[in-house]
Formats: sequence, structure tokens, C-alpha cells
Amino acid sequence: MKGQDVKIKQLCEECGQLVELKVEDIPKLPHPYEDWEDSPITEISAEKRQQIEAGLDGVVGVRIPVPRTQAEKDELVARFLSGLDRLFSPADNWTFLQPFLLSMENCVKCNTCAAACPIFEESGGVEIYRPLFRAEALRRIARSRNSRLGGLINKFNGNDVPVTWETVARLADLAYRCTLCRRCAQDCPMGCDNGLITRELRKLFSQELGIAPDELHKDGTVKHLTVGSSTGMNPHAFKDVIEFAEEDIEDRTGLKIKIPIDKEGADILIMHNAGEFLSWPENLQAFAILFENAGLSWTLSSDMLGYDSVNYGLFYDDVQYARVTLKHAQVAKELKVKKVVMGECGHAHKAFMAVGDRLWLEEQNIPRESALTLMEDLVCNEKVMVDPSRNDFPVTLHDPCNITRSMGIIQPQRNVLRKICPQFREMTPHGVNNYCCGGGSGFAIMQSSNFPDWRMRIAGRKKFSQILVAFQDSIGPETHKYVCAPCSNCKGQIRDLLAYYGAWEKAGIHYGGLVELVVNAMVDVRPGFIDWDEVGLM
Amino acid sequence: MGAVQILIYFSALFFVVAVVVRALHYARTPVHMRWELYPVAHEKGRAHYGGSIFEESEWWTKPRQIDHVNELREMAAEILLLKGVRLHNRRLWVWSFPFHLGVYLLIGWLVLLLIGALTLPAGAAATEGWRRALVLLTAIAGFAGLGLTLIGALGLLLRRLGVDEMRKFNAPADYFNLLFFIVVVAVGLAVHASGDPDFTRLRLFLADVMALRPAAALATGTACEVVLASLLIAYMPLTRMFHFVAKYFLYHEVRWSDDPNPRGGRLEARLVQALNYGVSWRGPHIQSGKSWAEVATEDVE
Repeated sequence: MKGQDVKIKQLCEECGQLVELKVEDIPKLPHPYEDWEDSPITEISAEKRQQIEAGLDGVVGVRIPVPRTQAEKDELVARFLSGLDRLFSPADNWTFLQPFLLSMENCVKCNTCAAACPIFEESGGVEIYRPLFRAEALRRIARSRNSRLGGLINKFNGNDVPVTWETVARLADLAYRCTLCRRCAQDCPMGCDNGLITRELRKLFSQELGIAPDELHKDGTVKHLTVGSSTGMNPHAFKDVIEFAEEDIEDRTGLKIKIPIDKEGADILIMHNAGEFLSWPENLQAFAILFENAGLSWTLSSDMLGYDSVNYGLFYDDVQYARVTLKHAQVAKELKVKKVVMGECGHAHKAFMAVGDRLWLEEQNIPRESALTLMEDLVCNEKVMVDPSRNDFPVTLHDPCNITRSMGIIQPQRNVLRKICPQFREMTPHGVNNYCCGGGSGFAIMQSSNFPDWRMRIAGRKKFSQILVAFQDSIGPETHKYVCAPCSNCKGQIRDLLAYYGAWEKAGIHYGGLVELVVNAMVDVRPGFIDWDEVGLM
Repeated sequence: MGAVQILIYFSALFFVVAVVVRALHYARTPVHMRWELYPVAHEKGRAHYGGSIFEESEWWTKPRQIDHVNELREMAAEILLLKGVRLHNRRLWVWSFPFHLGVYLLIGWLVLLLIGALTLPAGAAATEGWRRALVLLTAIAGFAGLGLTLIGALGLLLRRLGVDEMRKFNAPADYFNLLFFIVVVAVGLAVHASGDPDFTRLRLFLADVMALRPAAALATGTACEVVLASLLIAYMPLTRMFHFVAKYFLYHEVRWSDDPNPRGGRLEARLVQALNYGVSWRGPHIQSGKSWAEVATEDVE
């Protein structure tokens, strides 16, 4: 593969495409996919390459327009360098300066991170995907810029990466070849965090140059802040969705449930990723059934942003992150709820409970907890009655990185599954050592150009491989199997993976959330909440 | 007072100042967003699988249980045994462990030398009791430290040169740092194996250095050893070898930093202050020149 020999210095070269990806180099999958052959990643046409930069690996994630004039190129470089300076400024980057500085200045280049990275591994070892490659490129540029000692000392320290517009454009794309899963950081003996450095790089591009994938910025946080949801759903449409959900619950289960909206002073405000409403309405419905059955005082919010817990700013931009999370806090405060419960969305957990813990201040500091712990309380303390025999099919659990590695929520979801799924089995590895689904950090929603080709073949391959291994004892399509993924973005990625690899037809593998399994097992609900007959049609 | 003696004072002072300046460089950064990574060693009863207090229903109503003993145990395993490298990069650990163990022994050796310099009378033979034990221990720590550091540094150098994925990321400075160690410990070994096996000459010299009185001239070999070691000590905090301090911040201020932010607490006060910082980012969605609090709460159109 051309990508094996690339050196950091070459990021600046005017060589067209730096790396050619070849599907033959991608590692083989387990049974029954030994003979699986991927089609090549769709090539970007010559005409499109005139307009959009694709000089890294021929994959388009960010869509940077090709500069037309030298002045435009110079401006791109100048803005990149000024943005780099701001990353080191206590005022501009107080949010992450300390962890960023520590990771930038203390890497010993031992390359331990490479073995932890599923993207590097599943690409067949493409050099540019090595976690150290990206971080070291930024490190060398920054050191060279910050050094007062000049040429010879810079050479001695290896700070020799020329910054051309090609370097800048390739780094922008390279920032979107890492899912920020932080598995490399966990294995780093120094404690350096290449995931954080990648996020800071994304931040530089967004906050200084206005460069970010449209799915995250224009159609993500901007739409979220102006319409109310990154799905484009406004408060009126949300109420329609809830009405439909009530009807659907009655059709599925015979239960008449009035879903509470804007109930001031409720114990619980539950906030879902709005993607659930459109793609997996059964998740929202299952929560409503569970909460009503348990007799909880709860509500949804129809306020702007109050019905969509996503915060894509977490992936690329502190300003957008802060704007969204402060709106969320305001919604909770105005509803006077006792606590906010995070639905099954990994990055929302982190945005609300971990990172957000230092932005929900003073009277906006409403307590937040995970739906996973609440479900554990309801199921394991028998506040709802379950019949595990209804879930007597093989189930494995995908651990969302944001919930496990970044927040340490490991056992509640397992305790629930052990109680309701007799054939529950773990993936290897799991818990804090899990592998990312390959859709993390916004990848699951980046659907344009040939990015999904890359996401299916490389970013998500490790997870698909893990799923197959977990089900090897019953891998035939005649046995229905369930991948439990308590996170909307992970579910989106696993949905796309299963579809790409034809896993339902070939191996009988379906996917869904945790609460659906709970409701499927509840004795007070008509059997069949998970409708296997519908799966093949999805 | 000779030049070698002055160099020792200068190196020691430079080392202390450089360490303090660099440590303050990290310590004085503003409070940051939470960015811990599990397992967190002080999570009582949960650290072994990576759990946190977030696993508790209504966690904010539960007492926070900190396991300082486990945290110390993890720190000891990381510092003394290089647990992280052993778990995740065994081939590197084979060389990195003896190198670090050697350095720890050399630190112990230096401490024993200084104790000897302060307590053993000049010219008196240390032939019995604790004096003899001190001299013996000093010799063991010295030779073991020099030998292990040499073996480890040579192994690390060969690995960095021989493994393609390491070589391509290493700069001349990375090789120089290891070579510097190799030269210093090799000279030390040669000097003491050939003429001062119980380190008496060095101890006497250090007694004068400690007492701030002019020391007798050193033999050429010992003088070379002292000069090289002094330069290495002064050089270390300027390089990535500063990780002996930085790692404290990497673990305690980031990776294991899971302090919650209760309403009305000190952390909250620091965060409110941080929101007053000015923003100069120039992205099209950011109004430069306002404070973070203003930028984060302005309406987006």
C-alpha cells in the first residue's frame, strides 16, 4: 500500500493524493465472512477534485474548497497558524489548555498507541491513521512556531514540517479519521491523549477557519440552536411525533399512555437524542411504557433544544458545545425538574454529565443521571416485573465509548442484561477496553460523498468483527441475535454496518437499545415488543 | 573553588529552577473541562473494572468514596514497575524497565553518597557497623544503577534505531538524550571499576561540596564523570525527560481528575471566573472580543 511509507513531512507535498487505500489490505473478517470481498471505496471524480480537496486519502469528510489563488492559499495557512496560537492561549482555550499542553509536550513517541487504535489496525496499517502521526504533525508545527531558538535547534528536535496549504487541508481531513474513542489514551503509558489532540485540531479548524463537516456544524449545532433539533424537527413537529408515538404504543401493546410534555416540577426530565424519534421511535415508546409502569413522575420538554439531547459541539467546537449545553441547562431549570435523565445517547451522557459538569453552574446546576442506572434500579430492584424467557435469544452488548471509557458507567447495563437476557454474552474486549463502533465523534451522521464507504470498510470493521465473534456459537441466520447498543450514534453506525455486510440475511443479527429489551421482557406488556418479523423489512 | 565544583552548584540550581518553572507552567493553567479516563484509580470498589460514581442512581446524593490506598498502589506500580508499558508494550518494557530502575538506583546512590559525605569522617576507614553497611550499600546501588541504566539505555537506543515505526518519528534529540545517558554511565562505570570501587574519592569531594569549601582537585576520570553528570542533570528538565514531573499532572489533573462541581463550591467559583476570559477566535460563528459567558449565551442566527 502506498500509505505505508508516508512521512510527516510529506503532508506538505504537491503530489495529488498522499495515500491510496486498497481494500485488499484490510484484514479478513471471522466466519461466515471469510470470503467477504469489499468493493473499492468510491473514487472522487476529477471534476469534483477541482472543487473539493481530497489530497489525503481520497476520502472526503470535511469538504474544503480548493483555493483558487495564491492569496487564498496564504490566507488558509495564516489562519491555521493563528488558530494554532490560540490553542495555546489561556483565554481562548481555558477549556482544555492543561490537558492539551500536557499531551503535546510529553509524548515519548513509543508508539504504544498504534496497537490500541482500531482504525489503524483495520486499515491494514495505513501510516497516516497511526495516532502518533496526526499528533506528531501538529506537535512539530507547534514546536517550530513556538521555538525561539531557530533553525538548527528545530532540526535537532525534528520540528521540520513545512506548513503549506496542502498541509493544512490534509490535517483538516486527518482530524476526521479518528473517532475520538480515546482507546489510545487509555493505553498510553505517559497518559497523553491523541484523541484530545485530534479534537483540538478540529476545534482549531472550526473556531478559527470555520471549517467543519456540514453534518456537525451547519446541519448540526447551527440547526440545533436555530430550529430546536439537529434533525430539523421544530417544537410543533416534536409534538406530532409524540402523538404518533402514543398511537403506536397502543397498536403495539394495547396500552393507552399519555406521554407527559412540559410537566413543571416533575421528578424527571428525560432527554433523548432526537434521532431516536425519527429512526427508532420504539426507543422513546419503550421509555414511556417503562416509566409509566413504574409510576414515575416524569416529563419530556417541547422547548427549543429541550427535546434533543445531542450536542455535536462536543466533537469539534467548544463555543458551539457551550451554547447548546447552556440551553439544555436552561430548559431543565425552567421546568423546575428534580433531575435530568439521559436517554440512550453516549455523547449526550458525556456532554451533560462529565464535560458539562463544569458548565452547568449555580442555579442551572440541575442534577443529571444516566437512564442506565435508572433502569438498573427499576429492573434489578423489581420495581417492574420481567420475564427473561421472552428475551431467550443471544444478546451481546456494545459499550459506547463516551459512557464507559469517559464516564465509568460499566455495570448497570450489564446487571440489567443479566437479569432479563438468559443468553447474554460479552464481546471481547469490553467495558472500558471496548472498541468504538466506528461511528463515534459524529462519523455516524457523516453521510455525504464517499465517507460512508470508508466508515463501513475501515472505521467500523473492528466492531463488526467483534459482533461476529460474540455470536460464533449460533452464527447461522436461523437464530435471531441482538446487538444491544445503548447509544443513538452507535445504533446508527451498527445499523449501517449490519446493512452493508448483509448481517441479517447472512447471520440473523439485529440491533437495538437496552430499554427495548427491558420492555420486551416486562410481564405487564403484551409479548412481542421486539417484532422479529419487522426486522427484515427495516 | 574549582570550575567543576561551581558547575555542580550551577547544575543543581538550574535543575531546581527549571523543574519549578515547568511545573508552574502546568499548574497555573486555568481550570478545564472534565476529561477523565477510566479506570480511575481512586474509585473505591470500582477501579478494578473501571467504574465510577456515575453508576449510582442519584449519585449526587451518595457520599463520594475515595480509595487513596489503591491510588497509591497504582502510582507505585506505574512509577516503580512501569505498569502501563509492561501491559501495553512489553518489547519496550524489556529495556525501559531496567533503564528506569537503574535511574532510581542512581538517585538512591546519590542520596547514600551525600549521607556518607555528611557522616563519614574524612580519612577514617569505614570498616565496621553502620558505616561499613553504608559504604557497601552505596557501592551496590552505584554499580547496579550504572549497569542497569547502561543496559536499558543501550537497548532503548537500539530499539529506537532498529524498529521502523519508532525510527520514523524520532528526532536527533531523542537519540542524543539516550546517548548522553550512555556516555555518562559508561564513564562512571569505567572510573569506579578502574580506581574508586567504594566511591571514597567521590564521597570526599562531595563532603567539600556540601560544606561549601574548596575541594581538592579531582582525578581526570572522576572530574569527567562529575562534569558529565552535572550537565545531564541540568539538561533533563529541558527535555521530554521532564515526564518525571509532568506525569503527575497528566494523571492527577486530567486522567484521574473526576472532582464533581457541586453548587456553590470552590470549583464553581473558578469556573465562573474562567467564563470572563475574552474570546478572540475568528470563526464566522464567533463574535470576537466578547467574553466566553457572552459568546456562549448569544443567540445564533
